[in-house]
Amino acid sequence: MIRRARRGSRLGVGESRATVIALGIAAWVIGMLWIFPVAWTVLTSFKTEQDASAQTLHQGLTVARYSDVSHSTEGTLSLATAFTNSLIIVLVSTTIVMLLALPAAYALAIRRVPKWRDVLFFFISTKFLPIVASIFPIYVYAQKWNLIGTRTILIVLYIAINLPLAIWMTRSFFSEVPRELIEAAEIDGTSLFNQLRSVILPIAAPGIAATALLCLIFAWNEYFYAIQLNFAGASTMPQWVIGNVSTRGNFLAKLSAASIIACLPVILAGWAAQKRMIRGLSMGALK
Amino acid sequence: MEYDAATRLYPGTPKPAVNELNLSIPDGELLVLVGPSGSGKSTALRMLAGLEPLDEGRILIGGNDVSTVRPRDRDIAMVFQSYALYPNLNVAANMGFALKQQGVPRGERDQRVREVAKLLDLEPYLDRKPRNLSGGQRQRVAMGRAIVRHPQVYLMDEPLSNLDAKLRVQTRTELVELQQRLAVTTVYVTHDQVEAMTMGDRVAVLRDGNLQQCDAPSALYHTPANLFVAGFIGSPAMNLLRASAGGPLLVGGADIGIADDLGGERATVGFRPEAVVIGDGPIAARIRIVEDLGSEVFVHLVIDHDGEERRIVAKAEAPFAGSAGDNVHLGLHGTIHLFDNADLRRTSVQL
Repeated sequence: MIRRARRGSRLGVGESRATVIALGIAAWVIGMLWIFPVAWTVLTSFKTEQDASAQTLHQGLTVARYSDVSHSTEGTLSLATAFTNSLIIVLVSTTIVMLLALPAAYALAIRRVPKWRDVLFFFISTKFLPIVASIFPIYVYAQKWNLIGTRTILIVLYIAINLPLAIWMTRSFFSEVPRELIEAAEIDGTSLFNQLRSVILPIAAPGIAATALLCLIFAWNEYFYAIQLNFAGASTMPQWVIGNVSTRGNFLAKLSAASIIACLPVILAGWAAQKRMIRGLSMGALK
Repeated sequence: MEYDAATRLYPGTPKPAVNELNLSIPDGELLVLVGPSGSGKSTALRMLAGLEPLDEGRILIGGNDVSTVRPRDRDIAMVFQSYALYPNLNVAANMGFALKQQGVPRGERDQRVREVAKLLDLEPYLDRKPRNLSGGQRQRVAMGRAIVRHPQVYLMDEPLSNLDAKLRVQTRTELVELQQRLAVTTVYVTHDQVEAMTMGDRVAVLRDGNLQQCDAPSALYHTPANLFVAGFIGSPAMNLLRASAGGPLLVGGADIGIADDLGGERATVGFRPEAVVIGDGPIAARIRIVEDLGSEVFVHLVIDHDGEERRIVAKAEAPFAGSAGDNVHLGLHGTIHLFDNADLRRTSVQL
């Protein structure tokens, strides 16, 4: 039996209702599968330890695990220390990255330097190197300059990691600014700084916000350099999470709680910035 | 203002975009630069603005050589085709932007913006952002932004192309009135020859970077310098047919009574639609299409000229009695132009 679309229905021409519903269900199922590990972790973080090891679904939920991880024991890394370290490292490195990326993007998008394509490629080529291949020379020099276990070395490394991405993205957002607008500003007599401030940044703002957020996320989650170049004192959040892996047994609930706490700041920041970020990311995609 | 052998060659291209342009623009004139795409008219305008460097020659404004002066120091204002309004500023801030950059104090700035807003009927929109304005309103804001600066020169790069046809005609006349009132030298670029003819004190026709002719519109219409100008100016276009290099001039096989053969160099004959009279005459033709515009009628015909079928256009009075497929006779009464084999117009004959 052919069903005619009801008045005001959202079916396209030639689309059958059955297909649309089936595709919708499939989309939800795949979405659920994707989010399942995270959802399970959240659930586990509220369980008791017995519950967690047995992997049963629900036997009384408690927030005790969260308070467990928040209190530090003597000699191990505390949440407060790790959080502060991460925060400082991430904020400082991202700020410096953005301060460097904006002028670079200007030179590559608006007043193009000769061979700008080669320059761009060079920047992104620095990310071709596997991180593991770089650790040995970095460690040697870090030790030589007494930087092991300091926040400084991580800040420097995160700047190096994020800068190519930031330049690449910011450049593409700057090139969205219509050429005629820049020419109009030039004719109106704006200085270089005012051009950036009054004309370019307001238009590229969503993109810049998206770039900064991405840099924040990458720096926050960075694990390899953090673990190789740190002792307990200057450790970051990823290390703190690992610190909850006990050799005495599987304390999955506690680990889950720790993981969720580690993710939370970034999730919240992304949530707050999501409108701008989507707009920013899709803007760049059209170029 | 003056272009003195100004040349611009984009790197990597074989021919200059603007080739040794020589133009002198007196104070207060509205000069239109017109030509097809790629003719170099926008490039020439941008050279005047300082947005394109000169490879050769000079640009002078007010007698001073400004060839190497930055755009902001040239005392010019430009209206772009896409208006280039600052999207994050409202109308008042857009118009006052240049003044703010130049350090004009706030009181004077506001006053000048309000004056111009009044002139252009923009007062109710001063608080709005460009995205909340219609195309016509945005165009006026772009104009206002230029006017408020009281520059020596206005440069306009196809400012009306993004408007719909009716608004374009209306704004055209307002623009001309405004320019006459403000009496500021204006250089206006367009690809639309109707705009050029109705707006300019003088019109400069460009083709492939070379100036073809710079004259008052009527001179361009009645005495075009060469074949290109003859065919470009006027709508519908001039009828252009091959002419024998010697002997009597034949159109559609009929002798139309012109003996001049330009010393054996005759190559093309041209006549405008209004010179073709449908009725009795020596030329046999067949009607293809009748375009009835209400006040005038354009009849598209086919004649047998020089062994091939050629199309010509005739202008007729409304109402017109013929229709497609009819066989008619044509006579020529009006200005007939003769062009030589270098495409230059050498003489015009009144029949």
